[in-house]
Amino acid sequence: MSFKNMTITPGWEKYMTKEYVDLVERGPYGKQKKVSEMGSFKEVLEEHPMCAGCAMTLFIRLTMVGLPNPEHTILIGTAGCGRLALTQTSIPFIYGNYGDTNAVASGLKRGLEVRFKDQAKDVVVMAGDGGLADIGFSAVMHSWFRKERFTTIMLDNEVYGNTGGQESGMTERGALLKMAPKGKLFDKMDMIGLAQTSGVAYIARLTPTNPTRVASVIRKAVMIAREVGPTFIQAYTSCNIEYAIPTPKVLDDARDIESKRYGFMEIISDEAKAYLESIDTSKKAKKQE
Amino acid sequence: MSDSAGVKDVQAGKAPEIKGTTESELSAGDRQKIVTPEYMFFEAPRERAFITGSEAAKEAIRRSNVDVAISYPITPQSETMQQVGSLWAEGYVKEYFRGEEEIGVMSAIAGSSRAGARSMTATAGPGLMRGMEVIASWPGGRIPAVLLIMCRVVNAPLAIQPDNVELAYLLNSGLILFHGENQQDFFDYTMKAFIISERPEITLPVAVAVDGFFVTHARGYVSMPSKDIKLPPRDPYAEAVPAMDNENPPARLSRDAPIQKSNFISYQVHASWQQEVWAANERSRRYINKYMGGLIEVVNPDAEIMLIASGSAVSQSREAVRQAEEEHHTKIGLIKVRSLRPFPTPELREACKHAKRIIVPEFNYMGWLHREIVTALYGYSKAEIVPGPRVYGGMSMPTEMILQTIFPHKKFVF
Repeated sequence: MSFKNMTITPGWEKYMTKEYVDLVERGPYGKQKKVSEMGSFKEVLEEHPMCAGCAMTLFIRLTMVGLPNPEHTILIGTAGCGRLALTQTSIPFIYGNYGDTNAVASGLKRGLEVRFKDQAKDVVVMAGDGGLADIGFSAVMHSWFRKERFTTIMLDNEVYGNTGGQESGMTERGALLKMAPKGKLFDKMDMIGLAQTSGVAYIARLTPTNPTRVASVIRKAVMIAREVGPTFIQAYTSCNIEYAIPTPKVLDDARDIESKRYGFMEIISDEAKAYLESIDTSKKAKKQE
Repeated sequence: MSDSAGVKDVQAGKAPEIKGTTESELSAGDRQKIVTPEYMFFEAPRERAFITGSEAAKEAIRRSNVDVAISYPITPQSETMQQVGSLWAEGYVKEYFRGEEEIGVMSAIAGSSRAGARSMTATAGPGLMRGMEVIASWPGGRIPAVLLIMCRVVNAPLAIQPDNVELAYLLNSGLILFHGENQQDFFDYTMKAFIISERPEITLPVAVAVDGFFVTHARGYVSMPSKDIKLPPRDPYAEAVPAMDNENPPARLSRDAPIQKSNFISYQVHASWQQEVWAANERSRRYINKYMGGLIEVVNPDAEIMLIASGSAVSQSREAVRQAEEEHHTKIGLIKVRSLRPFPTPELREACKHAKRIIVPEFNYMGWLHREIVTALYGYSKAEIVPGPRVYGGMSMPTEMILQTIFPHKKFVF
């Protein structure tokens, strides 16, 4: 947004809610905030109705810190737990139909590019494993093949959490869940491999165990999507309810899963790598000045 | 009025000057002059061309200052969106791509429209049915966009032939729905649809339907203003809901708030939202009257037997009216329904006050227009409302079929 739009008209400060004044005066707009600064600035996501101990909520909160330009970002989600938090962010959020995220994002990004020639507008899809790998699969794959310039973030809790714990394509084989009364009969879908096949410029797999890394991965993914091509982040964000993980053990579980089968992984195209290096160089050059 | 009258009096301002761009770098669209809708629709000198319905749609899009067009092939629509692709290649449309299938296309339109861009697509029959979940959510999303529909069979066994049963599914979706009779209507309604769709008090999608093949693939005379002029651009900041471009002050709310909690407030929000969608739909009447000459057109208003039709059935009815007068010396009335949503209920009650018999020719089996008319006239007319004649599955409707219904005691061969 232009800062003119968010600035409070002089004389009206006392009529605005504390929440809004804080967002304007202490929000992350126009300055890249760090994870280490959390607690010292007004965050894009604060209050939310998510379950206690939810790893997904932590991941979303860290994502919001990682966004390079929250003032020019539009979020898109679909049915699932994630959107309960995403609707509470102070960033425009589009909640469309089931599984439509990457198609909506394609149209939105192109429409914004037509209207804003001199201002990059970042489009970020955040949806669950069911929303992206099952019902939204076709739109996800085609947006990648078309090289649509936005970021897709999968909040992979390996289950349909919001509808009460049914098996999804991203569930591990053998997991006993609703609609899989004999345990899941086929393997977890290889979305990382599919992203590679369809030419996604930056792919990352991670868990929320390392907060600084989450923010840094998000920042890279959004920047590369802006200039190079589609980016994909697959994040393990466990459902402590459906998988019966005791609330205080949620991060222990994440560390355990990370060490067994969900290790940090980054796949960067040459073009994306060159772009990241070019930003670093220009940053260093600026510092030297 | 002089040619420059509309050009000078442009509400949305002049075509934006692009700094540092030489004349040769300007796209064809940049070189078009922006004129007021009134000038474009009523005052600009027109020339007549003999073109297909698909070409008429293309020419309407050329003059409509379209930002984003998204295509997907399906017979008999494919030709239209192919031609819109050519317009993009020529520089008349700013952005264009082929989507993956109709759910994807209709969703992408929801995205580009939310971005504040003037957006359009087209589909037919099974494509409409496939995209229906998304299309039915556009009105609630207050998505201004234009959807062109070239009707064809939707049900099994598979066929590609004209049949407009698909419009029945759109009647209760909340969007504004026009049904064009011929190539000229397709040209005019399409341009007017953009302007009506984007009015602040409306902010709804508008669908413009024609019957496939009869209109899309056949040629007819279309009078059109010069291709050097275009409609004013969309102003997304003068609409009922904010554009999702993050140019608004930050707030912890989403334009498309999920209202899924089971509590009184969520019921209330959803209920009032639906009321507002349909109220906005009704508010379009003013602009349909202003730009399209009303929701209905009446021929021979005093006749005791009235035909009521929409789409291609109007053309066949016109010819039946002529034959009835010239060959059977009977004056038959005809009401052409231009707008199916909003439905011309008060207009039909007024126009049918005196009628003794009402005949509703249709190009579908189940007769959705007949049901609409019966509902509208119940308690307001003593006329017999005849269900039919009807053709479906791709059949054409010989005028003799209509004459047979008008004159049940005569024998017509068809």
